[in-house]
This record gives sequence, C-alpha cells and structure tokens, in this order.
Amino acid sequence: MDDITLCIGGEAGQGLDTMGQLLAKSLIRSGYEILVSQNYMSRIRGGHNTFSIRTCTSPLLGPGDEIHILAAFTQESIDLHQDQLAKRHLILTSEELGSKNTLDALLPVPFQQLTDQKILHNVAALGCLCGILGLLPDIGAGVVRSAFGSKDQDLAQKNLDAFHNGLNWVRERIEDAWHLPSVSPPESGSRLMLAASQAVALGAMSAGVNFCSFYPMTPATGVALNLAAHDQELGCVVEQAEDELSAVNMAVGASFAGAVPIVPTSGGGFALMGEGISLAGMTETPVTLVLAQRPGPATGLPTRTEQSDLELALYSGHGEFPRAVMAPGTPEECFYLTRKAVDLAQRYQTPTIVLTDQFLADSYRAVPAFDLHNLSPVAQPDTSAFPQDYVRFASTASGVSPRALPGYGPALVVADSDEHTQEGHITESGEVRTGMVDKRRRKEDGLRQETAAPEYSGPDSPDVLLLCWGSSKGAVMEAARICSESGMRVGTLHFSQVWPLDPAQFEDRLRQAGLVVAVESNAGAQFAALIRRQTGFAVQASILRYDGRPLSASYILPRLNPLIKEQTNGHEQ
Amino acid sequence: MVTSSDFGQFETAWCPGCGNHAILKAVKEALAGMDKQPRDVCLVSGIGQAAKTPHYMLCNLFNGLHGRALPVATGIKLANPGLDVIAESGDGCMYGEGGNHFLAAVRRNINLTLLVHNNQIYGLTKGQASPTTATGQTTKAQPHGAYSAPFAPLSTALSLGAGFVARGFSGMTEHLVSLIQTAVRHPGFALVDILQPCVSFNKVNTHSWYKERCTELDDSHDAGDWEAAMRLSMQWGETIPVGILYQNTDRGPFEGHFPQLEPGPLADNSPSLTTLESIMQTYA
Ligand SMILES: Cc1ncc(C[n+]2csc(CCOP(=O)(O)OP(=O)(O)O)c2C)c(N)n1
Ligand code: SF4
Repeated sequence: MDDITLCIGGEAGQGLDTMGQLLAKSLIRSGYEILVSQNYMSRIRGGHNTFSIRTCTSPLLGPGDEIHILAAFTQESIDLHQDQLAKRHLILTSEELGSKNTLDALLPVPFQQLTDQKILHNVAALGCLCGILGLLPDIGAGVVRSAFGSKDQDLAQKNLDAFHNGLNWVRERIEDAWHLPSVSPPESGSRLMLAASQAVALGAMSAGVNFCSFYPMTPATGVALNLAAHDQELGCVVEQAEDELSAVNMAVGASFAGAVPIVPTSGGGFALMGEGISLAGMTETPVTLVLAQRPGPATGLPTRTEQSDLELALYSGHGEFPRAVMAPGTPEECFYLTRKAVDLAQRYQTPTIVLTDQFLADSYRAVPAFDLHNLSPVAQPDTSAFPQDYVRFASTASGVSPRALPGYGPALVVADSDEHTQEGHITESGEVRTGMVDKRRRKEDGLRQETAAPEYSGPDSPDVLLLCWGSSKGAVMEAARICSESGMRVGTLHFSQVWPLDPAQFEDRLRQAGLVVAVESNAGAQFAALIRRQTGFAVQASILRYDGRPLSASYILPRLNPLIKEQTNGHEQ
Repeated sequence: MVTSSDFGQFETAWCPGCGNHAILKAVKEALAGMDKQPRDVCLVSGIGQAAKTPHYMLCNLFNGLHGRALPVATGIKLANPGLDVIAESGDGCMYGEGGNHFLAAVRRNINLTLLVHNNQIYGLTKGQASPTTATGQTTKAQPHGAYSAPFAPLSTALSLGAGFVARGFSGMTEHLVSLIQTAVRHPGFALVDILQPCVSFNKVNTHSWYKERCTELDDSHDAGDWEAAMRLSMQWGETIPVGILYQNTDRGPFEGHFPQLEPGPLADNSPSLTTLESIMQTYA
C-alpha cells in the first residue's frame, strides 16, 4: 500500500515526539517521502498531542486527512480520532486500552512483555510500526542507535532490545498487507530530515551566520537550539538575551562590529523588536530576523499556527526604511531563503525577515542533502582596512555605502540612531535629512530587482487562480492538483518572497485568470490586501483559515468547489 | 604617545556649567593616559544629554536607542573582544528604560565599562524625575513630589555580584580620571556611577550640593570587602563616599566562556565546508 498516514497520539511526556521523529527518519533512510504535522497543547505533561506522518513513494504536498494507522497511547487518542480513521485501518494500542467501536481493527500490544521499562514503550512501539510497514530492521535499528548510542552504551542496548522485541512481536501477527512498496534505500547521508527550524538554522550556518541572540518563544526557539547544538564547531556565539529588546539590539551591536547575526522570535517578541529593527534601518546595519508565526493577538494560541503576522513584518519599526521579507513554503525553501535573507541584509545593510510559522516549524520532510560546494556565495562583512578619511554613510547611486568595521584599520566607524550626516553625526538639517531618506530608499530599488518571482503552476489563463504565500503552498497545490485531475482549470501562484514586490513579475497572471482566490491562514486576507496596494488588482474571493490549524486540501476543496462552479457556469453563459 | 586631543575637540550642545563637560574631559584624559588609540575604542550610548558624549569624541561610536546601550555594547564586545567597549549614558537611560539590561549586564559580567552620568533628573526631556530622583523632590511632571523610592545602582550592582563598583563626581575630575582608568582595566563588567549637576533642571542636587558631600574614600577602605562596600553604597546623606567601593576579579569575563572567540573577532571566523558538511550530516 502506498500513501499511508500514521498518527501517533497520546499525552505530552510519553515520548511521542521522539518516537515520531525516529520513525520519520527510518522512513527517510529507507527512501520514502514523508510529511509530518504535529498538534500539541500548550502544556508539558498530559493533554492530547499527535505526531502524524504521511508517507508515500512519490513527493507529498500536504498533510493527509484520513488516518490509516493510529498508534494510540491513551484512551482519549482512540476516542478522538474515531472519525478520521480510513475504512481500512489499524489501531496499535496497549492491552489496557480498547475501542467502543467493534468494527475497529485493534492490535493490542503487550508492552510490559516487550520491555520491562515504561519509558521504552515508545521504542517498542517504534519497532512494531517498522514491522507493520515492512521497513528493513537494520534501518530502524540504525536510527535508534544513532539517537541513543552516543550517550550511553547500556542505554542504547536497552533501546535496541525494545525495538527488536516490538518488531519481532508484530511480524508474527500481522500479514504484509501494510507494507510500503519496496524502494531501494538511498545512499547513506544523501537525504536529510528537516522542518523549518532545522532548515533555517542550516541555511544560516551555510550563509556564515556566527551570532544568534534570542529570547525563547514557541515556535521560534528551535532555530537558536539548532545553532547552539553546533556553536563551537561553527564558531557561532549563541546568547539567550534578557528580553527581545536586548536580543535585537545585541544583534545590531554584533553586526556593527562584524558578526553575521540572526534573531529568531515569534509575533509577540517581534512586536517588541520593532524599535530595534528601525534602528537597524537607520544605522544601516545588516540583521536577519526569523519571525515564526503563531496565532495572535497577544499570546493567542501559543502552540498553533497562523499566517497573520505578514503586516507586522511589513510595517514593523517606525519611520521609513528598506527591508526584504521572505516567506518560504517548504523546509528546502527555508534553507535557501534564509541564505538569501542573510545575503541581502549584508549587501543592502538593512534588516531582512524570514517568515515561517508553527506548521512549517513542525513539519518534517525529506530533503536532498544540500550540495554545499555549489551554492552561490553569500556576502560577508568587509574586513579590509579603510583609510582615515572614511565616512560611514557616503551617498552613492545605489544607496549602499562602503561599510568599514571598527578596529580593522585607521577608519573610525560612526553610527547613529538620530538622522545623521554622511560622517554619521547628528544633524537637524532639512537638506541632509532629505538626502539621507532618499539614499536609504534607493536601496529598496536594488532589493526589488533581486526579488524572486512567484512560482506559477497550472494552465495559461486558468478559470481559477489560487494565490498563496509561505507555508500554505503544499495544501494549495494539492487542492489544485485534485481539481485539475477532475478536469478543472486551476492554477496556483505561490510567493516565497513577499517584500519588495515587483508587479511586472505577476500582474498578468492575475489579470488573465477568470477568478483569483486568496488562500491564507489569517482572517484579514493580508496578502490579498498587499497585492491590491501594490497593483490595484482586487482579489475577488478568499479562503481563509484562522482556527489555529494548518490549511489542508480537505479544508480548501469544499470552499473552493462552489467558487469554481460559479466561475465555470459564468463561462458557459 | 596618545594625548587627549587625539580624541578630538568639538563644540557641544550642552548648557554651560553642566557636569557633562567635565565627564567628557575625564574620559578623554583617562583613555589618552592609558595610551588607547581612538581606533581601538568603541563608545556606545543610548539617548539623552549624556548619551551625546560619543559625538564629541573621535573614536568608533554607536549612538543607539534610549535604554539600549548595554545590549548593543554587549553585541559589539562579543563580536570583537579586542575592542575597548565603553557604554555611556544618563541615569534615566541606564537605570530606567534600560533597567533590565543593567541587571543582565552585571550578571553576565561582560568586559565593559559602564559610565552613568547620574544627574538625578531627565535632562534632554526637560526635567522629569528619573529613577534616582529623591523621593519627594518636585518637578513639573511630579508637582506633588516623586513618590517612588530612588533606585540604588551601587548596592543593586553589588547584590548581583558585580566585580567593579565605583562612584565618581564630575567636580572631582582628576579622581574621576583614575576611576575610569581602573574601570577600563578591570577584566569584567565595571560600573562607575558619576554624580553630575544638571544646572537647568535639577535645582536640588547642584554642584555645591554634591561638592559639600562627596568624600573620597581613603586607604582604610578595603575594596575587597563586600560587606563594607554594601554599607558604603547605601551611605547617602551628609557625606557621600566617592571612589572604588568594590573590586573583585574572581569571576572571569563573560566573553571568556566562548572558545569560539579565541581565534579572533567573529568577522574573521568562518567554518570550513568540511565542518558544515559534518553538521549537515547530523540531520541525515
Ligand atoms: C523609547 C524612548 N522613549 C522616550 C524617549 C525620550 N527621551 C529622550 S532622552 C530621555 C531621558 C534622558 O534622561 P537621562 O537618561 O537621565 O539623561 P540626561 O538627558 O539627563 O543626560 C527620554 C525620556 C526616547 N528617545 N525614546
Ligand atoms: S539640561 Fe542639564 S544635563 Fe542637559 S546639558 Fe543642560 S545642564 Fe546638562
């Protein structure tokens, strides 16, 4: 069977996340595609959390809707998911739990028999799941060994035993009907398991980022943790600041002195950083921020997802200054666009922002290992010795001034948050002010020329064009694919960079479509509003989700079908 | 040999008689006296009258946001520990708007020199109470007197484990020069709270008010005695002790905890492709 969705459900603290990650990694090392979606409550123990893996032999766009295999660690997780079970399904659970529905295919596992330690139940269940799916035992065992082996040999052995016991127990009881189609395992190391936090961190590392200041906030913290895990090898300083105000100002200071910084945060923290972002704009200091969105306002739904901080990113900071805003739609795009954001920040000496969200932060996927040798280079701070008569804010045609670093030569480097002369000193001259505003604005023209064109797929002049940005890419493309398969003419236009926009890259697409529908995870159709401001084009309809859950094809389709019908009827008249 | 004039001579926007003039002079003399080159010094300030100081000096400078001098200075020091980083601003900027950063900088023990121009008032915004204004002192913004208890920077710093705590007075310039030099030499976070008259807005804590009270600590004070330092830090009345209240170098500076800084400034650091490859493989 191909295209299986497995859902691991239970309480926080039962090791579901570890188990899910190990299973996902085993699938990737076996050669399958995966797409993970996670659902958790804002608590450390108890509650009900799920880790779902959709797996297939061909690339996946969005999360699955039906559950084929449910690994349930609590009664609640059996009861809650009853309605999502596919017709042909399997519920793997422990002996004490059961289902009210007699039609359910239950597989009660005697975990006590498989391992004498409760904390190893998850690894025994991992063995069971690998057995059910027909994965090569060596691959699962290898994943378990690399997860636990480095810490303690004894611990690793216990985990391996639990894994094998689970695997063997299940093999004697389950026929091979659940096996995934066999594929040949890829070369070792050729595929990575990445979600946004890992991909952003790897992109940052590859771009030469060597400074990260942050204040913890879900779902952004992962970026800092991934950098901290390798800080000494990388030569990267990671500092947990006392608050977000400090985090962004520290990054600005570090950058002024030649570090290449990244500052991950979420909406609430980003709101606090506004003034510091404005400071980076005024002092023309490169800084890259990662804004991992979650539902607001205020503390909102801390562990859920939304795309409602687009306007915060676009308008953060007071006054006018150039910026670039990236909105990657997949972990792979997270890697490349974080690199690009760092590069643009360096070259244009201004803040750049990478917008991710909780869905993307938790959505592990298989990504081919990056060819680090053939990446286009990222600009690094210039460490040459500038002469003594150096001025920091020299007016140039591009608006970009040569940037010296303090301590690298006779040049003295002067930066000011007040409006300043070319020398960097405070001024109140109206003429100098106008010249400086114009100089900074010229940088935006350059940035606009480097904006990545949105990705279009579908027929020319489609009846319906789905407009999307950031993480809704997969769900929107899957919905469009399903529509196209039933003969409808649907196209998708995905923006992975949302500022600056260059209407010449996409305006025709909008005007040639019969109906343009914005699909966004927010209530205000923020991107549609931005398009209207930039092009005068009014998007005619929208499909919006703001219940904190990610967009999926199954959410989009029932809302899209009536729109398509209306549109195609209109054609016939 | 570096002289005071190597750090420049500028026209200032300060009122005649303001304590800021003397502090600026002391900073230049202190640095010149230590043979510091302007290119090796980085002055960081926030916003206020005191925060304009870097603009009246030739050296690297970053004049940032109100309250945020310390985070910027921390970032600079972490990126390039070779620079002598001095953060300099008013009492409102450092203890009010920047209060949390002050606590964190002391706790980190980053190797910075913090010079606070403490005029017990907001100068630039024309005379509102600052965190160090005495309870009961009236201003246009506090017509019935300031209700809050004044912030005690020295005892707060001591209670947080600060390794260098000193008080200066702008009217005792020579003494101030030596305080600043010892602070710059201190390997860790060094606070010098500098009492300073604001002739325009603080009619209570005037030059003569400070002059009558500020008394230099003599040799009988042991700067290694934390409890004595704590007692002195709270002494505020007919006599106000001025000098190094406490110095201890037991804790190494914060930046010393990062082996990744040993090879030199971050701008010269970039990981090899082999390192990146091996890190990437941890995700395989
Ligand atoms: C975020 C912010 N809030 C308020 C201000 C206005 N402001 C400028 S200076 C200042 C107070 C300065 O007082 P202090 O730090 O004691 O310095 P002084 O002027 O007395 O030297 C204030 C409130 C500002 N620039 N930024
Ligand atoms: S207002 Fe006060 S602090 Fe400001 S320059 Fe005048 S005297 Fe100095």
